[in-house]
Amino acid sequence: MADLSVSLAGIKSPNPFWLSSGPVTNTYDQMARAFEQGWGGAVWKTIGEPIVNVSSRLGGLDYRGRRLLGLNNIELISDRSIEDNLKEVARLKKRYPQHAVIVSLMVEPKPEAWRELVRRTEDTGCDGLELNFSCPHGMGERGMGAAIGQDPEITQEITSWAKEHARTPVIVKLTPNITNIQVIGRAAKAGGANALSLINTISSFTGVDLDTFTPLPVVAGRSSHGGYCGPAVKPIALNLVAEIARDPQIGLPISGIGGIETWRDALEFMLLGCSCIQVQTAVVHWGFRIVEDMIDGLNNFLDERGYKTVRELIGVSVPKVGAWGQLDLSYQVRARVNKEKCIGCQLCYIACLDGGHQAIDLVPDSRIPFFAEERCVGCNLCSLICPVQGCITMQVTKPGRGISE
Amino acid sequence: MNETWKADLSTTTLATHFAEMQPPLSVDAALGEAYRCLYCYDAPCTQACPAAIDVASFIRKITTDNLKGAARVILSANILGATCARVCPVEKLCEGACVMLKEGRPPIAIGRLQRYVCDWATAHGVQVLHKGRQKNKQVAVVGAGPAGLACAAELARLGYGVTVFEAQEQGGGMATYGIVDYHLPKEIPLAEVELVRSLGVAFVFGQAVGQDVPVDNLLARYDAVFLGLGLNQGLPLQVPGAKLKGVVEALDFIQDTKTKSLARLAVGRQVAVLGGGNTALDAAVAAKRLGAEEVTVYYRRTAAEMPAYPAKQSLAKEEGVTFHWLAAPQQILGSERVEKLVLSKMCLGEPDESGRRRPIPIPGSEYKVPADMVIVALGQTMNPALPQKFGVRMANGLIQVDDSGRTSHPKVFAGGDCVNGGREVVFAVAEGKRAAYGIAQMLSEGR
Repeated sequence: MADLSVSLAGIKSPNPFWLSSGPVTNTYDQMARAFEQGWGGAVWKTIGEPIVNVSSRLGGLDYRGRRLLGLNNIELISDRSIEDNLKEVARLKKRYPQHAVIVSLMVEPKPEAWRELVRRTEDTGCDGLELNFSCPHGMGERGMGAAIGQDPEITQEITSWAKEHARTPVIVKLTPNITNIQVIGRAAKAGGANALSLINTISSFTGVDLDTFTPLPVVAGRSSHGGYCGPAVKPIALNLVAEIARDPQIGLPISGIGGIETWRDALEFMLLGCSCIQVQTAVVHWGFRIVEDMIDGLNNFLDERGYKTVRELIGVSVPKVGAWGQLDLSYQVRARVNKEKCIGCQLCYIACLDGGHQAIDLVPDSRIPFFAEERCVGCNLCSLICPVQGCITMQVTKPGRGISE
Repeated sequence: MNETWKADLSTTTLATHFAEMQPPLSVDAALGEAYRCLYCYDAPCTQACPAAIDVASFIRKITTDNLKGAARVILSANILGATCARVCPVEKLCEGACVMLKEGRPPIAIGRLQRYVCDWATAHGVQVLHKGRQKNKQVAVVGAGPAGLACAAELARLGYGVTVFEAQEQGGGMATYGIVDYHLPKEIPLAEVELVRSLGVAFVFGQAVGQDVPVDNLLARYDAVFLGLGLNQGLPLQVPGAKLKGVVEALDFIQDTKTKSLARLAVGRQVAVLGGGNTALDAAVAAKRLGAEEVTVYYRRTAAEMPAYPAKQSLAKEEGVTFHWLAAPQQILGSERVEKLVLSKMCLGEPDESGRRRPIPIPGSEYKVPADMVIVALGQTMNPALPQKFGVRMANGLIQVDDSGRTSHPKVFAGGDCVNGGREVVFAVAEGKRAAYGIAQMLSEGR
């Protein structure tokens, strides 16, 4: 068994699997169940002046029969009092001293309000604070959440207000609803942030009801822009994580968030620079129990590959990310089909014909298409569409400048 | 039929025994199955469908909640989509061609998805087909079976005036009268008849062409005639005693289960079924479900040569039907009614023209079995009187046609069992369509 323990800006946890701020981290009972089942840390659902929520709150995106490829919500921060929340946080930290307990904070943009909230929160004995500058719905209309995280000057200023009074590490949670995330990351660093977490949810509608013509989710015949999360957002999150990780002007530890459901997803975020990761939607969908396979799968992977600790892999992929102009134009791959495996669906043919480069031909009296190597540009499309694993593969025909895979 | 004995089964029990066995797909099951479809390009399932239904297209439409579009895809290719969804040997046709099989995965349940769509369309009264712009030509269709319905529908969609003449009181032919209700409830083909009627096709029921309607009249009054006569009579059992009471033709027996009150139908206590085709096994299971105590199928070859579908064989075995292989009837004994059946044991010799090994009686092997009902299912044939009146060329008891379905008479086309010798419903549909295109070409080009 490899060592899965990690540290984010000095906050230690037995494994890199944390729960992100949201419905799953709303109460002591939930958190206790989560820690018992193996989660290494958690960010308590954002506390602040209690709000009143709407009904309904969630919208789902299904794809070909799979539920919740994406999920969006218009739920706000905690609807419970600050006092009640902090009592439970204190009880949780006392009961689980080895686990990372972070509290997400959001309060009106006044220095004294932040001073008060930071002090009261740290009295619980929590391990760190996460500043919610990123909730994209509702709170922004009140000058909080993403309204802060979309403005570098305000981000820096409010981070510094929190840092002025904080004794524990301060994590700034970034919104993806920006043009250049590096600008906001640098502002958070300038304000004194100890770490960054990203991404929060993406502004979205998951659909429109075709009977009522109301966008989803519906609240009394109206809707509002919600925050999108779930497996569908993972590529966007990975991209933004990589942007932060490869910016030498930032250089802060990262807690990765966005569509993580498995140990494989988690490891990808860590390879792109995250010291730990946070999960919300997958638990909303499947329950805390999924962490068992996350721990087991990561352990098996590390053991098989001979890594003693997961920390060895943090950021390993970052140097491989760069500008398009740095890519090697002399490198060539070409599609090859394994005729033994081909089942004859001809999806590769029509994809290459209509959406590729017309390099696959039908063969009379055969269902197995012909791959014309001289016309193939090596785009990968056919291999991505093929429903049979290992049937269409991309073969390196020119290795380029010799960087080995 | 046998009036001496009948099982004491309640009306409710009988209704259960003859209710459709295959349950419909739920919405979630249909969607889940439809999502599994790969949407192959130039899909093999469509190539394997005699009616050329664009299977991948209708399945994709299920996934987009466009059931009306799915119904149009199916019914425009096969007006008997709901019937074929139930009786097609899909494992030999569309599902047997599914690429999933090449990876050892279950094929897409195309038949059940097709039924899902067709039943939805029927239940919602959705009109997806329309008659074409009226052309000043009239076509007579003889026989309202699958071939005739398919031909009539296609011609009506092309704008031709069509009148269908049917000797029976209702349309659908074998689909209505010749397939047991637990596989194909008669309401299904009858709804398809109404679908054809909705395209403007006129039906004349209870009128036998050649008897009630003179052939010369048809040839004089109509611009073209389509013969979808089917194979309307059973091959006779030519052994002594075949005329005894209690000896029934399998298709008559099945038709009774479709047209008469099940509670009033008599069945034997010990039923012998002669033959090894689908009709034989349908009759055997129907007899069992009517309450026969023992049902035995006697077949002169072995299980390996039996033409009935494997699924029908399995069902018959599950229902308690027993099989005697290599047994051929020699004589039926009885004073007035059937009492005993005399059979001889067979052995298999060299393959005959059908490719199956020829059964040869073993001398001195005769044996008797008790039976009070004998169901004869030796296959069907056509009464040649009617095609002879049309003057169409025949061979081996079947009407001869060219690639367009045209007979030796320039105005007369034909298709279905009377041409192909008795195949699945979907082949009759395909041949009915083919003849419709042939007729349309002739009428539009004046050839």
